[in-house]
Order: sequence, then structure tokens, then C-alpha cells
Amino acid sequence: MSNLVDTAAPPSRPAKLVDDFAPPLILPGAHKLCAGCGEPAAIRSVVEMVDELGLTSRSVGVFGIGCYTSFSPGMDVEVLQALHGRAPSLATGLKRVQPQSIVFTIQGDGDMVNEGLQEVIHTAARGENVTCIMLNNGVFGETGGHMTATTVIGQRTKNSLEGRDPKKHGYPIRMAEMLAPLDGVAYVARGATNNAGNIFQLRKMLRSAFQVQADGLGFSFVEILTMCPTGWFLQTGEAPDYLQDKLQGFHKVGIIKDLAKAPDE
Amino acid sequence: MTRESRGTLVIDIERCKGCELCIDACKPGVLAMTTQSRNDMGYLYPELTPGCTACHACALICPDFVFQVWKYDDPVAVGEAAP
Repeated sequence: MSNLVDTAAPPSRPAKLVDDFAPPLILPGAHKLCAGCGEPAAIRSVVEMVDELGLTSRSVGVFGIGCYTSFSPGMDVEVLQALHGRAPSLATGLKRVQPQSIVFTIQGDGDMVNEGLQEVIHTAARGENVTCIMLNNGVFGETGGHMTATTVIGQRTKNSLEGRDPKKHGYPIRMAEMLAPLDGVAYVARGATNNAGNIFQLRKMLRSAFQVQADGLGFSFVEILTMCPTGWFLQTGEAPDYLQDKLQGFHKVGIIKDLAKAPDE
Repeated sequence: MTRESRGTLVIDIERCKGCELCIDACKPGVLAMTTQSRNDMGYLYPELTPGCTACHACALICPDFVFQVWKYDDPVAVGEAAP
């Protein structure tokens, strides 16, 4: 193999650093997630946007329970650990006691939609000035890959091995579309981490969501579709296409509500 | 068309879990997994061939933060020795 570029050390010719290994606010090697997981890319985008907006010293992350919780000890942002699904309520209390802080929650679909659905709905309806971020992969990744309320029709999980069947398992919930009509909600968007284009779009959404909170406009919500090749019974390389075909077909990527852009609505 | 390398990578192969997400993410298609050599954890890992554009798609999608991306001040023609 002669045609390889040496990648053991930085280049000796003049060059500038575009992207360091881990973002400045995450300890490299801080997680033990499976190969091919989409959550590290999502968490990376979140903390990089916090950093980019200069909100680091004021930010507090409220974590739910899930695979992504393994990031909480390795992040250079204040972190509060909530009980299953209760992160939005904890964030509410925190924001009311310390209104100058920037409060965001990191929750999975199992945590937010199955275990604590009413918490996020009431937080959104009250128009609490917090940002809720949901990592949606359609499975309870941490506890073994079972079906959640957002698992799309036809998706294979531990207890829908033939694919989710609406006759047997019912229909999934579109979380972003459900929260958007509430009056207290200022920003709702859905992104994905399955390719670089979607990640660039996702970073814009996260920046807008944090900006909405910093401007005090109300509740902001970003749903992020992430890959879980382990829970989907797939090779890691197949997961991004599966997300595109299956999950994105039901959970459409895009900005669903943005009061900052259209104040009349 | 003359190809050029507009940047390069530093790859921390010991942290790689061999998921191959970077291979599909790489627009110029200059990353390839090893076929024989494995890291200490036993995974195949990506290697870089000339032609990197420093688009940092690999770094954005990598779950294990394996890539450090450098953009050259002046592009290097492929074939020229790229240190």
C-alpha cells in the first residue's frame, strides 16, 4: 500500500486546523457507545453550537436516562441528571430559579415520549424558556432495543421483529408536529445525523433554538434522528440509508415552526 | 482534470471502532478501511489516500472522535509528495 497519506501526525506544510478530534467541551474517549451510533454526532453538534454562541459559562444540560447519559461525566458544561422523562420539569425549575442561565435537556425518544410525555407537553404549553432536545432512534437503546412510541411502521426492534405493525402495536407519535401547535412553543425543528448535509442543517437548527432561548421567545424543541445499528439489527454502514428510507419517511426533517422568523403566526 | 489535496487528516486509529460511517460520508471518496491491519481493540480502521478536501464530513459523523482535520494554506497536486 504505497499510495497512502501519513495520518499519524499533523502536516508539516502550512495548514490550519479545521476540526479537532473532540469538540472543546467534550473529553475525547468519554463514552462507551456502540460502533456506528448517531448520538455522539448529535451531542457534538449541541455543545459546539453552545460554544459558538458564547453561552458555555451560562449553560446547564439536563440529561435524561439513556445511552447518551454516558456523555454527562465527560462534558465541560454543567450537567444535572434527571429521572426518567423528568428532564423538562427539572429544566423548568432551574430556569425559573436562575433565569440568566441557558438550560437545555438531552433526552431520548424512550425517555421523552414513553416515560415522561406529559412533562415535555406541559413544559411546552407553559412556554417555559428552555430548549428540549430529543435524540430519536425509535428504540430503547440502553435497555435492550425495544420498541418505543416513535418507532416507525415497519421498523424492526426487539419486540417487533417482523416490523412494527399498526394492527398489533398501534401507530407512532410525531413528537415535533405534536408540540408545534402549542401556543407557548417558539421553535420546533427536526434534524438527522445520518450524513454530513443533514448534520450541517441540524447545527443551524440547534443554533436557532439556543438563540430563541437567549432572546427569551419561549419554548424551543429540536428532534434529532440518530442511527442505532445495534437496535435496528443492521451493519453499521447500512444504518444511515435505513434512517433515510424508513425513519425520515415518517419523521420529516425540516423546520416546523419558527416564531422568530414569522412573528404573526 | 487534475486532482489536488486541499487538506489532510490525523487519524487516531486506537479510538476507532470500525463502523465505516466515514467511508460513506467522505464526498471525494478518499477514505478506505484497512483490510488486514487492526488496532489494539481489534477493529479495522480508515486510511487516507490523496485528494482530501478538508470538508470535515468524516469528523462530523464519526461517533468516536477519531479525526483531526487540517486544511492546507496552498493545495497540493495529487502525485506530488504530500508531507
